Amino acid sequence: MKYIDEFRNPQAVKALVHEIKSISTQKWVIMEICGGQTHSIMKNGLHQLLDGVVELVHGPGCPVCVTPLELIDQAVEIASLPNVIFTSFGDMLRVPGSSKNLLEARSEGADVRMVYSPLEALKLAREHLDKEVVFFAVGFETTAPGNAMAIAQAKKEGLTNFSELISHVLVPPAMTALLSSETNRVQAYLAAGHVCAVMGWEEYEPIAAQFRVPIVVTGFEPLDLLKGILMTVQQLESGKHVVENAYPRAVARKGNQQAKALLQSVFQTIDRKWRGIGIIPQSGWALTPEFAAFDATLKFETGHIKTQEPKECISGEILQGIKKPNQCPAFGTLCTPEHPLGATMVSGEGACSAYFRYHKEV
Amino acid sequence: MCLAIPGKIVKIYTENGLRMGHVNYSGTISEACLEYVPEADMESYVIVHAGFAISVLDEEQARQSLETWDEVTDHLKKQGYTVENAPLTDKTKKD
Ligand code: SF4
Repeated sequence: MKYIDEFRNPQAVKALVHEIKSISTQKWVIMEICGGQTHSIMKNGLHQLLDGVVELVHGPGCPVCVTPLELIDQAVEIASLPNVIFTSFGDMLRVPGSSKNLLEARSEGADVRMVYSPLEALKLAREHLDKEVVFFAVGFETTAPGNAMAIAQAKKEGLTNFSELISHVLVPPAMTALLSSETNRVQAYLAAGHVCAVMGWEEYEPIAAQFRVPIVVTGFEPLDLLKGILMTVQQLESGKHVVENAYPRAVARKGNQQAKALLQSVFQTIDRKWRGIGIIPQSGWALTPEFAAFDATLKFETGHIKTQEPKECISGEILQGIKKPNQCPAFGTLCTPEHPLGATMVSGEGACSAYFRYHKEV
Repeated sequence: MCLAIPGKIVKIYTENGLRMGHVNYSGTISEACLEYVPEADMESYVIVHAGFAISVLDEEQARQSLETWDEVTDHLKKQGYTVENAPLTDKTKKD
């Protein structure tokens, strides 16, 4: 496919790996933030090609994995109400809540539907004016423009039967939290290309300066990842710590201006709880008062639902790069993609499921 | 949710006041909202995320990246390294 296959060219992969190896004087610890990048790394065996030179630790950038348990419980509660059509991206349906997941709620009679875009949920709201249509708005800065657009559009059309259960999280505060932690091992970041396609990369510059870590905006194909790693290692070897862009075909310095403008009017920054990590200050988005009528938590009064997470699952440490999935005693035995204990095993982008699919033997 | 790949715009239209389009991924056509990429035109490559185009692919930048990699590969070959054209191990195929 055009603009995809060329970025998987095995010759250039070998050449870039060689280049990285030839400039490294020590083993560097680099975190890729995004779960999509984790998958591409595991699928293409890049971590093995770089063995001994770079340790890649997998970051918390999978929206499904960090959506807190209590939000799943709220989703199940709302979905189970009569007269509600509950809509969600497919990968949220199997995430275990404290008693059941959304698919189980559906088998018990709840009207739960999978959609590919929040605009499909909005369409359902237009078609079913006698029902409440709720969309499970999870994700990072990448899904936010769509979720914001659906709300702005509902308001414009005067649709009062549409709302969103919002669990939006933001990347830069999580990066700061990880670097501030006593257990931090991360020496540099690969920033997620698509988050930066929306937000640009200026907000990373204070982080790179304060913690003296290189941050390189990186894409998802093998060559994009290796280019990002090469630029990161070049900085580490020369003692630099700035933000650079290894994904210029998709990302501009200021990001997507139209999307940022709408995000600013629809969302405000709040403290958010991350599954397995806990509350990170100012790390999420909620609706501004102007759009509060579209907030499902307020509409259905589910804000009181608070849930503790199960003890066995070490996904919190995995999301912070402290442990690898295969260090979890439940990995591959009690916990598999068929019977996940934690969110990092459910999601196709979760580190546990990436290890299970591509890397069981290690 | 997070693996957006570039596709080519093959149709542009308006629906409920929103600029929408059809995006072709090697024969598979998907619908996407184009409100955030007003500069995108027919034949533009866009990166779509959860039903919304969030970025227009800069084809000149893509070409430049590929050229640098070709240079790195050529440079290595000249130094006498064998950079054989072995496929990457795609472990999905095993499962
Ligand atoms: S393998 Fe399962 S139980 Fe262990 S950390 Fe991963 S999701 Fe949690």
